[in-house]
Amino acid sequence: MDFDSLINGLGGHTLDGLFRGSVYALVALGYTMVYGVMRLINFAHSEVFMVGTWTVLGVYTVLGAGEGSGTMMVIAATALALVCAMAASATVALGVERIAYRPLRKKNAPPLIFLITAIGCSLALMETFGYVLKVFFGEPFGRAPVNIPSPLRTSALIEIGDFRLTNVHVLVIVGAIVMMFALDTFVNKSRIGRGVRAVAQDPDTASLMGVNQDRVIMMVFVLGGAMAGVAALLYTVQYDITSWSAGFLMGIKAFTAAVLGGIGNLRGALVGGLILGIVEVYFSTLFDSSWQNVWAFIVLVLVLMFRPTGLLGESLGKARA
Amino acid sequence: MLLQLEDAVLTYGKIEALHGISIEVDEGEVVALIGANGAGKTSTMRALSGIRGLASGKIVFNGEDVTRLRADQRMRRGLVLTPEGRGIFPGMTVTENLDMGAYTRKDRAAIAQDLERAFGLFPRLQERRKQVAGTLSGGEQQMLAIGRALMSRPKLLMLDEPSMGLAPMIIQQIFQIISEIAQQGTTILVVEQNAKQALSRADRAYVLETGNIVKAGTGAALLDDPSIREAYLGVA
Repeated sequence: MDFDSLINGLGGHTLDGLFRGSVYALVALGYTMVYGVMRLINFAHSEVFMVGTWTVLGVYTVLGAGEGSGTMMVIAATALALVCAMAASATVALGVERIAYRPLRKKNAPPLIFLITAIGCSLALMETFGYVLKVFFGEPFGRAPVNIPSPLRTSALIEIGDFRLTNVHVLVIVGAIVMMFALDTFVNKSRIGRGVRAVAQDPDTASLMGVNQDRVIMMVFVLGGAMAGVAALLYTVQYDITSWSAGFLMGIKAFTAAVLGGIGNLRGALVGGLILGIVEVYFSTLFDSSWQNVWAFIVLVLVLMFRPTGLLGESLGKARA
Repeated sequence: MLLQLEDAVLTYGKIEALHGISIEVDEGEVVALIGANGAGKTSTMRALSGIRGLASGKIVFNGEDVTRLRADQRMRRGLVLTPEGRGIFPGMTVTENLDMGAYTRKDRAAIAQDLERAFGLFPRLQERRKQVAGTLSGGEQQMLAIGRALMSRPKLLMLDEPSMGLAPMIIQQIFQIISEIAQQGTTILVVEQNAKQALSRADRAYVLETGNIVKAGTGAALLDDPSIREAYLGVA
């Protein structure tokens, strides 16, 4: 146990935790929203994120953006990558809903069938990037991880001892929080957002009020997908890498974040993501950093044992009490 | 006829809950549907509102066959149900709940007017307009559910057990308001276990027993019917 290095570098570690946690939170929104309106854990959501990271790679490749790019190119490439990743992830999320889930809903399939279908979609998407696309296009698709050289150069904005705040930190944390507030406002203030909340609280009564459930569900997949697209860009900025299985760990961590905050609860996803990020960094410092991926599982088990409704509770689930 | 339900059969899996019932509601009427627990009253409401599809039969509303339409599409045509157990949104405020009633409308000025009208009808709701609806009393929740339904300007307002779980004094109050709404020109179909209240307020009524209509007539006639008095009004 290395308390000294945790205490000495507390500021830096906390910053690092928020940095990781904000991406977890963005992905967690997709789990939480879909769960809120459909009571379904959408296991395919991790691959919605994965597709976003590949889209970022695609945009950089097409534009020829890389480590040596000029300022204009950096801004243009980043902005375009953001928009394309959001669009691609939203499209994949919507595709899964239309092709896989909606036909099941029309047949009144039991929840277990949805869950198995979700896992099936997840596998199909992973294998698309790990195998199918490689057969047609060769590299960079396939099983090997791929570098995504981010055109964004890291430069320190503030440096005090070990504490180093960089432009990338600011971009990721501020970007994630801005997106989350935008989403929260949309769901609480807009008309379709009211429809979303109504379906989450009581689907039958919502349709009696004239809410078209299919439209609300589509909206939820599009919004969750777009947030996963934002997360995908921020993730590539952090780690400069992706792979066909990049969604797997991210999915588990984001799901943990959603459960930790209270699944179905948008603000819970933010709180859960940030706390999980910080826990991960603190404990990786205290113990061995090779254990870093274990903490999310431990948190998940502890939450499910002692507070299954999460820290903020299932706010959209009050109707089910 | 504003509403015609013809030979409606409704099933839950292998169990048949409605065995081919027919109901008619004319414009301006207050029609009651009475019956014991499990007679199929709520199933009838679910079928009419579109929450549950019919196995066979036909629903014609305002001259249009709506049998195959979804609940939200029927609602847009003015066929509005306040469900059993009130179905308020517990996590929304009173005002947000009322606004949900106007979800399909875009005429903001008229919506604001209707909101004032709902508050006029239910002053208690105005006092609690910012309160989260889950914290209201049962009677207040029923008022909210009726007020919310009115916000959609229904052609036909269907009420499923508005008296459920309420104290006798509150029941009186709720039924008075229902009569008031009817006098203002809204057609009403009300399902009730409280047969006395329902029959004394209704123009016509149907009696439902284990999935069949066993009697129909004017509210006054059914109130005087000895078999009805014995079975539903507790008078020998």
